Amino acid sequence: MNKTVNHKAWFLVLPVLVLVAFSAVIPLMTVVNYSVQDTFGNNQFFWAGLEWFDEMLHSDRMWNALGRQLMFSGIILAIEVPLGIFVALNMPKSGFWASFCLVLMSLPLLIPWNVVGTIWQVFGRVDIGLLGRTLESLGIDYNYTQSTLAAWITIVVMDVWHWTSLVALLAYAGLKSIPDAYYQAAKIDQASRWKVFRYIELPKMAGVLMIAILLRFMDSFMIYTEPFVVTGGGPGNATTLLSIDLVKMALGQFDLGPAAAFSIMYFLVILLISWVFYTVMTNLDKKGM
Amino acid sequence: MAKITLDNLAHSYMAHPRGEEDFALKQMTHDWEDGGAYALLGSSGCGKSTLLNIISGLLIPSQGRVLFGGQDVTHAPTAERNIAQVFQFPVVYDTMTVHDNLAFPLRNRGRDEAYVAERVQEIARMIGMEDQLRRKCSGLTADAKQKISLGRGMVRKDVNALLFDEPLTVIDPHMKWELRTQLKKLHHDFGHTMIYVTHDQTEALTFADKVVVMYDGRVVQIGTPEELFERPEHTFVGYFIGSPGMNVIPAKVEGSRAYINGSNFDLGTGYRAMEGKVEIGVRPEFARLSQTEGLPVKIRRVEDAGRHKIIRAEFFGHDINIVAGEDENIGPDMTRVRFDPAHVNVYRDDWRVAPEGEAA
Repeated sequence: MNKTVNHKAWFLVLPVLVLVAFSAVIPLMTVVNYSVQDTFGNNQFFWAGLEWFDEMLHSDRMWNALGRQLMFSGIILAIEVPLGIFVALNMPKSGFWASFCLVLMSLPLLIPWNVVGTIWQVFGRVDIGLLGRTLESLGIDYNYTQSTLAAWITIVVMDVWHWTSLVALLAYAGLKSIPDAYYQAAKIDQASRWKVFRYIELPKMAGVLMIAILLRFMDSFMIYTEPFVVTGGGPGNATTLLSIDLVKMALGQFDLGPAAAFSIMYFLVILLISWVFYTVMTNLDKKGM
Repeated sequence: MAKITLDNLAHSYMAHPRGEEDFALKQMTHDWEDGGAYALLGSSGCGKSTLLNIISGLLIPSQGRVLFGGQDVTHAPTAERNIAQVFQFPVVYDTMTVHDNLAFPLRNRGRDEAYVAERVQEIARMIGMEDQLRRKCSGLTADAKQKISLGRGMVRKDVNALLFDEPLTVIDPHMKWELRTQLKKLHHDFGHTMIYVTHDQTEALTFADKVVVMYDGRVVQIGTPEELFERPEHTFVGYFIGSPGMNVIPAKVEGSRAYINGSNFDLGTGYRAMEGKVEIGVRPEFARLSQTEGLPVKIRRVEDAGRHKIIRAEFFGHDINIVAGEDENIGPDMTRVRFDPAHVNVYRDDWRVAPEGEAA
């Protein structure tokens, strides 16, 4: 069969190319452009090569932010995953209360992020906040604007409040897919409650839990709005996570070069995690889980 | 091991059953003899699995009692009853090896490892999986998984009863025979009480000493395979057992004669006068085509089943089946059918009526 060669066909994909170019490629290339140049103002730029990358890789500031970021993600995963599983295990399996619990648990997921931040910002204030006032009247020293520990507790509890539902709902879906016969067989085999969890429920939930963990990891790794609204990264730099630090550097100090290099490395890390996510998921699918 | 007694047992899945039709299991009293091999036969939804789950304690009956060797266990949890049960679809613990799966019920009861290893070997030999003991269960085929489920059911020696809930549905035919033979052998060797739920009559008849036929939440007949064949107590038993099932034809019975649309034939024995819906039941094996004798019949179709022929015919507006020998010639001149009087049963409102003189 003869192929008809008509290069005008390229015009048909042009709209998409233009769209993608303006929405993704050009902005990204701007960042790449800034990351390899330096300026002394007056819109005059000089070639800087990989200098900014080198500087960022040796910057304590970035490593500290990364350390705080990993600690934050680690803590919220360590709380949200077991707590989510626990909630899912104790939810009613059917009937009115099952629907009621599902709606109740979906509520935090539906609240816009900056609203979540505002809610907790107000909730925790020692002058007018319900939580802050209560704790203070109990004689507990809680002030998230001054104490590092209080600030961390506030943003961690806020994230747990906001996102544990997601883990619980996914785990619940996994649990619901287990046929009754498994529980009956376990009773016949005289398996303890722990063994039922360990050998029936956990393996059947493994697939959805993997999704939950990766989703929560990626989301928390990129978190910006909520902690920014509550603590603004403070006290000091105590809650300055990667995104918050990046915004400070780029928009606060207007250090475009370092911030651009920082952005690109941040982006690559996220890309890497997405790739791991994808690979793990497709392998799980192959194993039929 | 113990005799299992069901005392005035009934079960409804509704919280407030109003009438009898709300009960999945109608009231029944029944003994399962210690060491018996029973098959629980019936079509889907007749209450077989409900009954089994009540015996194993997975379900608490709405009323009545369950006794093991005279002891009331109605509200005792499954673990205390010491029962093994195998389900229709394979249940294996995916993350464990085959060996650990088989060892699971023993380990949960704290048996020592030497004993566990010995039993697992024995059972693995029985189900033909000795060479796969070390592998994980997750990638196995459905029938391999079901063999493991069966093995887990059989691994404990001291169970009160072994319950099987249609366990061979997913197994391929060749393996079915082999496993059924193994189960029979196991029963023979250890004398466990076994209750085997199935809707496959061949499976029921080859496995059990006694077959319990259930219909619409009720036990309609308990008997040896021979009794079920010769004297079905309920038209359902006649229809469900046998291939094809019993012919059931509305008739009028007066004394020792049956009248169908004016024609009549001899029943051999006399019956008392009866009211209600009266039918006669004749198995296809006991009906013979003839050129001259008997009642008129119109042959519609002859099917060759290999060892015998099945004739589908019309008899006073009713469909009937007749079984003829493979070497019999069925010609168009065969316009009459004769029933063997010794094998004609009379039914009133679907239940068999004993003829005069037979101990009812």
